[in-house]
Amino acid sequence: MLLPMSDTIIELRSVSKSFGSLMALKNVELRVERGKFVTLLGPSGCGKTTLLRLLAGFDTPTSGEIFINGRSMASLPPEKRPVNTVFQSYALFPHMTVFDNVAFGPKLKGLGRKEMERQALEALEMVNLVDLAGRRPNQLSGGQQQRVAIARAVVNKPLVLLLDEPLNALDYKLRKAMQIELKQLQRKLGITFIFVTHDQEEALSMSNQVVVMNHGCIEQVGEPREIYESPRNLFVARFVGEINVLDAEVLSSNGGGVLEVALEGRKMKLHKTSNGHKANGWKAFGPGDRVHVLVRPEDLRVYRREDIEPEDASDFFPATVEEAIYKGATVDLIVSLASGGRLSASQFFNEDDDQLEFYRGEQVFLDWVQGWEVVLPHES
Amino acid sequence: MNRVFKFSFMSVVYSFLYLPMIVLIVYSFNNSTYSLGWKGVTLSWYNELFSDFSLWEVALNSLTVAGISATFATALGSMSAVAFYRYSFRGKDFLYGLIYILIMAPEIVMGISFLILFVSLNIPLGFFTLLLAHITFCLPFVVVTVYSRMTGFDRNIIEAAKDLGASEFECFRLVILPLLMPGVVAGWLLSFTLSMDDVIISFFVTGPEFEILPLKIYSLVRMGVKPEINALCTILFGFTLAVVMIAQMLLKEKK
Repeated sequence: MLLPMSDTIIELRSVSKSFGSLMALKNVELRVERGKFVTLLGPSGCGKTTLLRLLAGFDTPTSGEIFINGRSMASLPPEKRPVNTVFQSYALFPHMTVFDNVAFGPKLKGLGRKEMERQALEALEMVNLVDLAGRRPNQLSGGQQQRVAIARAVVNKPLVLLLDEPLNALDYKLRKAMQIELKQLQRKLGITFIFVTHDQEEALSMSNQVVVMNHGCIEQVGEPREIYESPRNLFVARFVGEINVLDAEVLSSNGGGVLEVALEGRKMKLHKTSNGHKANGWKAFGPGDRVHVLVRPEDLRVYRREDIEPEDASDFFPATVEEAIYKGATVDLIVSLASGGRLSASQFFNEDDDQLEFYRGEQVFLDWVQGWEVVLPHES
Repeated sequence: MNRVFKFSFMSVVYSFLYLPMIVLIVYSFNNSTYSLGWKGVTLSWYNELFSDFSLWEVALNSLTVAGISATFATALGSMSAVAFYRYSFRGKDFLYGLIYILIMAPEIVMGISFLILFVSLNIPLGFFTLLLAHITFCLPFVVVTVYSRMTGFDRNIIEAAKDLGASEFECFRLVILPLLMPGVVAGWLLSFTLSMDDVIISFFVTGPEFEILPLKIYSLVRMGVKPEINALCTILFGFTLAVVMIAQMLLKEKK
């Protein structure tokens, strides 16, 4: 009889982990759907690696429970869990050949010699390493070692593959290539990937779902787009990409779509709907409340004095260019507002302006597309 | 100037260290029974040495004790080192410190304590007590050698083995032990040499009917240093040198 397959592959029920007096994880609740590429994103020490180690079984939670495929992992040691790990240090067995490294899992399962070899070769083929099967790990480059580590982990066909910052040791180009390969591999195998990283770009570009963590807590869970465009708090907003934070005061709220705020000495109407984000807590704002208005650098538009009509000047924020940094694809400006606040603005080359030449000290005018800002309650 | 100074300083230090050995080796080839004067080169002392069968028997005793005690010490010590590395338990640092204390402890103290222990337990002194004592004083050296080798490798390797389905025993047999092997062998060789040339502890714990080489030499020397002794000591020194070099090479080998 076939049991109905549940869509949840991993479930954490108020999982905490402390090392002595240090709380590495605080009442973490999380559900992961089968077949997803999930990233645990956060700064070092946020608990993401601890969470991974709890899933692998290397550590046990101080309290709470972990379920994988509907089964409690409470008393299950790592060797009995339906998960495999790709370590940051690769942790290849230095005294074995590449082939023996990959065949380690199948061998322990007690498969016949033929079957074991077939599986190991299949896994090596998947990462294009069949030619190097006879080498020792120390004879391989970093990228090749990385592939061996992946092959060694997926050969066991785990339900979940855990990856602990696996691309950290690789150089930029190789890293980009491996990101694509990993994503393709995940799609091909259809198994759930839990990928730990502190690189927000990596998280956004690879995953179906991003779990942003800080100080042992989950700050936000969502699709990459949701995390980037509708961060739930200042931490998420700042950690995932660059963002400008402006302080404002609510003047009036119609309780629905429009919020009138005083921002940098200007009255401004903010509209709730245009970006489609959920803008949590929006309704709760009342007159006198302090809020943060957040704008991504790439959403800021910068105009020269001659680009705008003089009578419209009051619709823009006047600012002074402090630094103009040529980045190839963009020109990044650091501008200071009249209030002394500093903002960064990325300007893209386009047919309207293919030069983007700004001078230090130049007076410019800023605005952004209405509704692309994020409004959050003030955090001290 | 600086170079000259460095060179002369090192020569002084090294002659200080090795001059006695060189004198011993040179005299083992001296063609004179009693005089300290140089009377030309001879191999006759080595010849005499090799034809002295009582000495052979004693040497065999020494090799037996060294071989067996090194093996036991290595087995026990390696397992302790693995335990120190793998498990965290209350008082671990304290226990590891106790191991070091045993290395530092004056041999005479250890010798006397062994003697008191064996006598109070009514164990007749001889091969068995000697073996027990040698295993005991070799053990800490093995623990330290193997443990330091272990701390050199990536902890994740063991976790990887478990992650891939290895039980504790399979993990030990397939991953930990092969990686430890150079440390284990080095520990064995170290124990072997320590046991081979120990005098002080052996003096207290062996009986009259079981003679070993260092004690034999000691008793022979009391009648005056004969040239055969020089030859014997030269052989022992050469042997130790070889063993230590092998051990060093094993430990230096890439992890």
